[in-house]
Amino acid sequence: MTLADFIVTNAPALLVAIPLFAAFTCPAIGRISAAARNLWVMGAMLVTAAIAFILAFRVFSTGTVIYVFGAAATHLAVPLDSGGIPIRIIFTVDAMSAFMEIICAIVGVSVLLYSMSSESHNSNLEGYYALFLLMITGVFGMVSTGDFFNFFVFLEILSLASAGLIAYRIDGGLAVEAALKYFVLSTLGAILVLFAIGIYYGQYNALNIAMIAQRMQFSMLDKIALVLLVAALAMKCGAVPMHFWTPDAYSMAPSSVTAFLVVASQASLYGLFRVVFTMYNITMNCVTVGWIIIILGVLSMVVGVTMAIPQKDIKRLMAYHAVSQTGYMLLGVGVGLAVLGNATLTSAFGFMAMEGGIFHIFNHAMYKGLLFLTAGAIFYRIGTRDLNKMGGLGHTMKYTMIFFIIGALAIAGIPPFNGFASKLMIYESVYLFNPILAIIAMVVSILTLASFVKVFHSVFMGPQLPEYADVKEAPLPMLIGMGILAAIVILFGLFPQPVVDMLVAPAAHALADQGGYIASVLGGA
Amino acid sequence: MLWNLPFITVVVLTFIGIVTVLLKKNIIKILLGINILESAVNLFLVSLGYREGGVAPIFTLAPSELMVLPTPQALTLTSIVIGVATSALVLSFAMVLYKKYGTVDIDKIRRLQG
Repeated sequence: MTLADFIVTNAPALLVAIPLFAAFTCPAIGRISAAARNLWVMGAMLVTAAIAFILAFRVFSTGTVIYVFGAAATHLAVPLDSGGIPIRIIFTVDAMSAFMEIICAIVGVSVLLYSMSSESHNSNLEGYYALFLLMITGVFGMVSTGDFFNFFVFLEILSLASAGLIAYRIDGGLAVEAALKYFVLSTLGAILVLFAIGIYYGQYNALNIAMIAQRMQFSMLDKIALVLLVAALAMKCGAVPMHFWTPDAYSMAPSSVTAFLVVASQASLYGLFRVVFTMYNITMNCVTVGWIIIILGVLSMVVGVTMAIPQKDIKRLMAYHAVSQTGYMLLGVGVGLAVLGNATLTSAFGFMAMEGGIFHIFNHAMYKGLLFLTAGAIFYRIGTRDLNKMGGLGHTMKYTMIFFIIGALAIAGIPPFNGFASKLMIYESVYLFNPILAIIAMVVSILTLASFVKVFHSVFMGPQLPEYADVKEAPLPMLIGMGILAAIVILFGLFPQPVVDMLVAPAAHALADQGGYIASVLGGA
Repeated sequence: MLWNLPFITVVVLTFIGIVTVLLKKNIIKILLGINILESAVNLFLVSLGYREGGVAPIFTLAPSELMVLPTPQALTLTSIVIGVATSALVLSFAMVLYKKYGTVDIDKIRRLQG
């Protein structure tokens, strides 16, 4: 077997194994020299990203890929002598998982490139990079796994690594305070998830998501498990009313980490969608659960944006906007869920709403990552996050200003940037479902624009301030990291239709198609 | 009734754990609450796999009788390991916070607001 065959066959396992290995060898390599360590970490990330793209290409061209650990053949989910029960740990990569992997790969590469220079003046970087690679491992694992206990393990890897990184700049204890808040909530959430896993195991004797989905009865216990999971995962993705950790954690973490924390929250969002669509689907009352998700989404949109407007700290402001944008994804996908049982409505606007919500996940990761990186570049140069102390930076940080404009217009949903493409899909389809929801979504968008105009004005406009007269443009690696994301924001805004057809629509269909997911693991169906 | 005792204990422990996490102000006590909750989940998993009169699930030496289920025991072991990592991280946060603020009372550690 050649190397290429080996990589293609074992891609799902390598996706988790490479960053994990690189993370734990990073401190040892760091003993040699800083350059060797940077090369090692960057190399590992690039290889992982390349494998993610190979795997995603395979999934989008040939369908769901499953990978069974320790089996005679990697696609042998059900051992011949087990009586039809998939007993091994399994990775099930369908179009939705592949979609999330692409997001993680792109943001991971640009953020790591950015942190090569943004963190270069700090000490103890071995720990920073090791934790960062563990976060990458956690996200890839969460979105790939087809085993529910495995999902819990990766969720915990992700929380531990994220909490470590949020507290990384101790900052007089402030960062640790934020990390403690995040971590206590994450741990409580993870315990709830484990309770739900116990409930499923007790009823169905299975941990495999496909197996649970096939045997799903929607008994009283399943309702309890659903409540536990929705509460835990909605909290992890920062939906109102469980959002209070988001502004603290997002503002106190180093900016590069914050940009990736956005992806980490979206991995929890993926978990939420996987639970409601793949495990329950139409066995539950889709209308009720759909409306619960819609209400969570609308609350997040409105509360997020109204809390964002009075903020003085640039990253805190952006963090509240992140809460608000998460609301759009919940709204789009919630509408898709609410009409799932009704075939005519689903084909009329349900799929479009889901596609809009899922496309928004991608777009949000790109422009929000970009915005947090520009905030980090400003902080890197002038050492404050307070909007009242900034001003006139447009004279010296021209490229950062351009990237900020791109990100700000994209988040406000102005054409021709990618935020417009996905928001338009959400507006159109949600309007058919319930016009009031669509109007709320548009008003929130306008408020977002207003808030970012204010930020733009107070950071970049005005005369050059004397204390920032010798401020220089951000270093080149940071600009490249931001440039990658900005290029994608523009590209996806100019040509949304091919992206929707090639990536988003398959992801939405894979999510809605419970039978296909079960069949790809258990065969037949 | 008697075979439900483990599950009743799980409910009681969960209740104690949640109340501790929500009402206590000391970080160390909050951590203890989290640990009690973790024990509740672990007990839940282990009692799910228990079969009355079953032997330990070691295939090589087992007589052909009823065995307790091995999977929940594996899950519990994993969960205990994760719990250790969690406790270590929270304790190290408590240490740093005590150094910087001189207290581990979460009502006094409140500089992040807005």
